[in-house]
Amino acid sequence: MDDTALWIVSLLASTVRLATPLVLAALAGFYSERAGVVDIGLEGKMLTGAFAAAATAAVTGSPWLGLAAAIAASLVLALVHGFACITHRGNQVVAGVAINTIAAGLTAVLSNAWFDLGGRTPSLDGAQRFLGLHFPLADAVHGVPLLGRFYGEVIGGQNILVYLAALAVPATSWVAYRTRFGLRLRAVGENPAAVDTAGISVTWLRYRAVLITGALCGVAGAYLSTAQGAGFQENMTAGKGYLALAALILGKWRPYPTLAGCLLFAMTDALQARLQGVALPGIGPVPVQIIEVLPYILTVLLLAGFVGKSVPPKAAGQAYVKDR
Amino acid sequence: MSASTNTDGLPRWATLALLPAINLGAALVVSSLVILAIGQDPVTALAFMVKGAVGSGTGFSYTLYYATSLIFTGLAVAIANHTGLFNIGGEGQAYVGGLGSGLVCLALTGWPWYAVLPVAVLAGALFGAVWGLVPGYLQAYRGSHIVITTIMFNFLASALMVYLLGGPLIEHGQMAPESREFAESTFLPGVKEIAAALGYRTSTLPLNLSLIVALLCAAVVWFFIWHTRWGFQMRTVGANDAAARYAGINARTTIVVAMAISGALAGLVGINELQGVQHRITLNFQAGMGFTGIAVALMGRNHPLGIILSALLFGALYQGGAELSFEYNEISPRLVVVIQGVVILFSGALEHMFRPALVRLLKPRAPSGAGQRA
Repeated sequence: MDDTALWIVSLLASTVRLATPLVLAALAGFYSERAGVVDIGLEGKMLTGAFAAAATAAVTGSPWLGLAAAIAASLVLALVHGFACITHRGNQVVAGVAINTIAAGLTAVLSNAWFDLGGRTPSLDGAQRFLGLHFPLADAVHGVPLLGRFYGEVIGGQNILVYLAALAVPATSWVAYRTRFGLRLRAVGENPAAVDTAGISVTWLRYRAVLITGALCGVAGAYLSTAQGAGFQENMTAGKGYLALAALILGKWRPYPTLAGCLLFAMTDALQARLQGVALPGIGPVPVQIIEVLPYILTVLLLAGFVGKSVPPKAAGQAYVKDR
Repeated sequence: MSASTNTDGLPRWATLALLPAINLGAALVVSSLVILAIGQDPVTALAFMVKGAVGSGTGFSYTLYYATSLIFTGLAVAIANHTGLFNIGGEGQAYVGGLGSGLVCLALTGWPWYAVLPVAVLAGALFGAVWGLVPGYLQAYRGSHIVITTIMFNFLASALMVYLLGGPLIEHGQMAPESREFAESTFLPGVKEIAAALGYRTSTLPLNLSLIVALLCAAVVWFFIWHTRWGFQMRTVGANDAAARYAGINARTTIVVAMAISGALAGLVGINELQGVQHRITLNFQAGMGFTGIAVALMGRNHPLGIILSALLFGALYQGGAELSFEYNEISPRLVVVIQGVVILFSGALEHMFRPALVRLLKPRAPSGAGQRA
């Protein structure tokens, strides 16, 4: 019994840790896509953020400076995305692919040249990272069955960026559905002409959305390299940006369902690590790859309308042409 | 994205030569800045790259070997582009296609290579086609976005291959996730064999007969796109699928067929990499060639001739970049990925940036004729 409880607590704690970068990146995608700018480039911005954070933290010793650098670097790529898609009305998907490619190459080249560790940054020690926070009373309630550990290791014990990500969900929901900016943001993704007619600049609105996307991707990247991990490795995002995009689609471009999608993907990831080589009753050993690909298969089925229908913002993917 | 719509009066030579040259120039400027940022001299580095890529017989044969794979994936991306589809699943299609070719090579032990080759080509094309056709079908009939689906299929392909090479296909008694070696009779001959026949002994050179296959594919694709009914249908769907429907074209079938052909072309990478060089099915043998195909197709303006030229350019970048990183420890071979990304940015996403400026620059001066061009 106690073993099972321990197993569940550790699975949940691991799910929360794995979900954090997905949540941050998916919310990043939320802003951009709800404003009508498709963003395949979450992956690249995250990767750049991860590198900037780890490199800065390694040199300065401060994870906070690393976080700032991650946001700044990711914002630069977001501006490139905006410049191509909003100012020059370029193909948004192609721009995203370009950003991912540039990020994959540039982080590898720079990390190799600056640190000479074969595409890694130096390992960060405790002071250079975001470490888990020790919650009050965690020790006192440790003995309480299940709930004590749950409080100490799932609710508490996480690093500050996890709580930031958790707060970002209600914050995003509030911004999108309760503020003037949010209303306009959603409107510009559905019908930019109407927003334009109301005298509001489509360009400026979309730029702001893309910049928020950049900032959140930067935080997601910093989480990967200075909170979850202890340094940057080549291509360390490993498809998380695409997975976040999939969660956004799965969540039908709404904050809370998107959070659910992220948690679902994170749990399959956590399970996959724990089911390696374990034989399921009645089935026998399941190849770990089958569990690994569940999020991708789910996304394909959902997009094809086999599991509910996910309808993107109407104007997503289209550049706005003011005069026709 | 639509292939070279020429409605703004920019002369053909400017579209086909000047624009790609400007894009390449911009990419070179950005890469030079990157080389400067890591404290090296860009002129020396670029000169070294050029020398490494075309300065010696060995270097050039490597360039052509990389170009071979890139012609396949570039053509794959271009076929989809002509139909208005952005296929970024070339990587997965090449991977699964290679599985098909590899299985044929494993099965046909004892057959001579010239008998194995057509079967391996068919199998590679078939496997790649299936991996492209499913996203095509889902886009055409279920409304899924082709870009997301093909990304997902890249991950699926990767997981499938890790599973197969780690289990069912692994060489008995080995730890490395790869198949056993093909029988030697099935190896595609290349410049090494030609040199040996002429009495020269060379080190291992990867360039092989699949370059001919790639060039044949380019010719067939050219004929197919501009001289067949199917090609016309694809271009029509790509230009305006509503108009295509009115003209009685079945846009859905056209999309599925285009993605199948696209996947089939990408699927031939395995002929070069596996039957030609590795001689076994290995993990990640396609190594980014599918993604690079996007830059190759964009740079080559989706035209087979342009694709051959830009495949050569990127082949040279791969080879030159590898040589460069041997010489300078500080410069990672991934520099070519940066250049690739910048090319995608400038000739893909920012295609409208240079163009209007060029149109203005090259426009006839007479103010009255400006509105009515022939």
